[in-house]
Amino acid sequence: MQYAILCYHDETVTCAWSKEYDDAVMAKLGVVMERLARQGKLGPVARLLPTTTATTLRKDREPPLVVDGPFAETKEQLLGFYIIDCASLEEALGICRELGEANPGGAYEIRPVGVFFDSPWAAANAPL
Amino acid sequence: MTDTGWIGSVLTAARPRAIAALVRYFRDLDTAEEAFQEASLRALKAWPRNGPPRDAAAWLIMVARNAGIDSVRRTVRQDPLPPEDKISDLSDAEATAVERLDAADYRDDILRLLFVCCHPALPATQQIALALRIVSGLTVQQIARAFLVTEAAMEQRITRAKSRVASARVPFETPGAAERAERTAAVTAMIYLVFNEGYTVNIAEHGARAALCEEAIRLARLLLGLYPAEPEIMGLTALLLLQHARSAARFDADGAVVLLEDQDRTRWDRKQIAEGLALIDKAVRHRRPGPYQVQAAIAAIHARAARAQDTDWSEIDLLYGTLERMQPSPVVSLNRAVAVSKARGPAAALAMIEPLADRLGAYFYFHGARGAFLRELGRNDEAHIAFDRAIALANSPAEAAHIRMQIDRLTAKADRRES
Repeated sequence: MQYAILCYHDETVTCAWSKEYDDAVMAKLGVVMERLARQGKLGPVARLLPTTTATTLRKDREPPLVVDGPFAETKEQLLGFYIIDCASLEEALGICRELGEANPGGAYEIRPVGVFFDSPWAAANAPL
Repeated sequence: MTDTGWIGSVLTAARPRAIAALVRYFRDLDTAEEAFQEASLRALKAWPRNGPPRDAAAWLIMVARNAGIDSVRRTVRQDPLPPEDKISDLSDAEATAVERLDAADYRDDILRLLFVCCHPALPATQQIALALRIVSGLTVQQIARAFLVTEAAMEQRITRAKSRVASARVPFETPGAAERAERTAAVTAMIYLVFNEGYTVNIAEHGARAALCEEAIRLARLLLGLYPAEPEIMGLTALLLLQHARSAARFDADGAVVLLEDQDRTRWDRKQIAEGLALIDKAVRHRRPGPYQVQAAIAAIHARAARAQDTDWSEIDLLYGTLERMQPSPVVSLNRAVAVSKARGPAAALAMIEPLADRLGAYFYFHGARGAFLRELGRNDEAHIAFDRAIALANSPAEAAHIRMQIDRLTAKADRRES
């Protein structure tokens, strides 16, 4: 079974971390991640930018509505996610509209990825 | 990483919301501040033992309110304090029940606090000092160091600001919609000033003042959280992030200023750049450009260029042209001329700045830029005179040293030609 681990924290707190503290946390996580990658247990890992950079596409109406900010409702649940590579937010929104046509209802939150570690399963047992 | 390292971050993060709610409650900056201080001390005792509360701000508001009431009561008559453990054992459920802070309350509280700090009755220097002390929670000593004044002078500045807030009967109410826009502009201006104070050209002051840049970014993010759909606030936040991203590359090993085109771009902070670019991308979608967005767009062009020679100078020229129309200023024109010299050559740039001589005659950068354009045109004698003027007007030894380097290059060029 593959599992997604979703990371939650108060971003005002993590944004208040000093660079040294942030680096130290990332270094400690790096140790765990390196071992997991070596064991072939680690897929892609992303650290997202703060929610102030987020845009939300509400696709529960026609046409869908674009709003600034993160998805804040609580009556919907997180059911999945995509990682896409685009030149601009406009392009990302275009892709979301296309996905939304295929599957209306709910919303997509579009959040830029700050740090991305690509550690695909194929790396299993490969020396790092 | 010390044991209490995480507590500092949690307190910093919770501070604006907690102080804002306490100001609403006590309607007095000093009482709110003292009460928060007391609550922070109790947090330092209670949290390592009990772990962080689920909602740190609510915990602090609750404990601070009790502490504030105690101290008010103490000054009236000596009543015994309630037992400490009553407060330390405060559970999250209680805190939430007592202090129901919904999103709207939170937004109004913080806005009210920012508006109080940026009240039009206060001069800009006092607005900055007050915001850094009350909202950011910097100590008077830290603020004094950043502004290169004595602690006593800064203490006095803050006290004056507070008494002016009290005597001007600055309303602790949130203003109506129309006034809000105006007051918000004052807040963004204050944040930008805080950042510029920190964005020093002097390495000796860099350590103490860089903290101001970080505070400005924190305040900008806070404001953006309150106005998530306001493109100028996205622009401001993006601008600060994109400029601050370069800070590690701005000085060489000897502490001399390194110009943008000579900076080691691998030392730029990619995370801050990514956040800045994402925000400007969001802002542009609104098609409501403003000065912060345009300046952020200029910074974004630099951030996107992997090498200095990859910089899209014509686009920067266009953007400065837009900025000139929005905010006509000889300094903006001077900046535009630098872009013009790269995009269209030094002759066009020189023609652009000659009419500014009247207004910028006492400005270091004017003569520095003029000297550089003249040198590029091979008018070395005139360049030398311009550089001499620049040195005479330099604001710091670092600036003077930088121009002296330009003169050295000039004479080296002349020597080569003679030999």
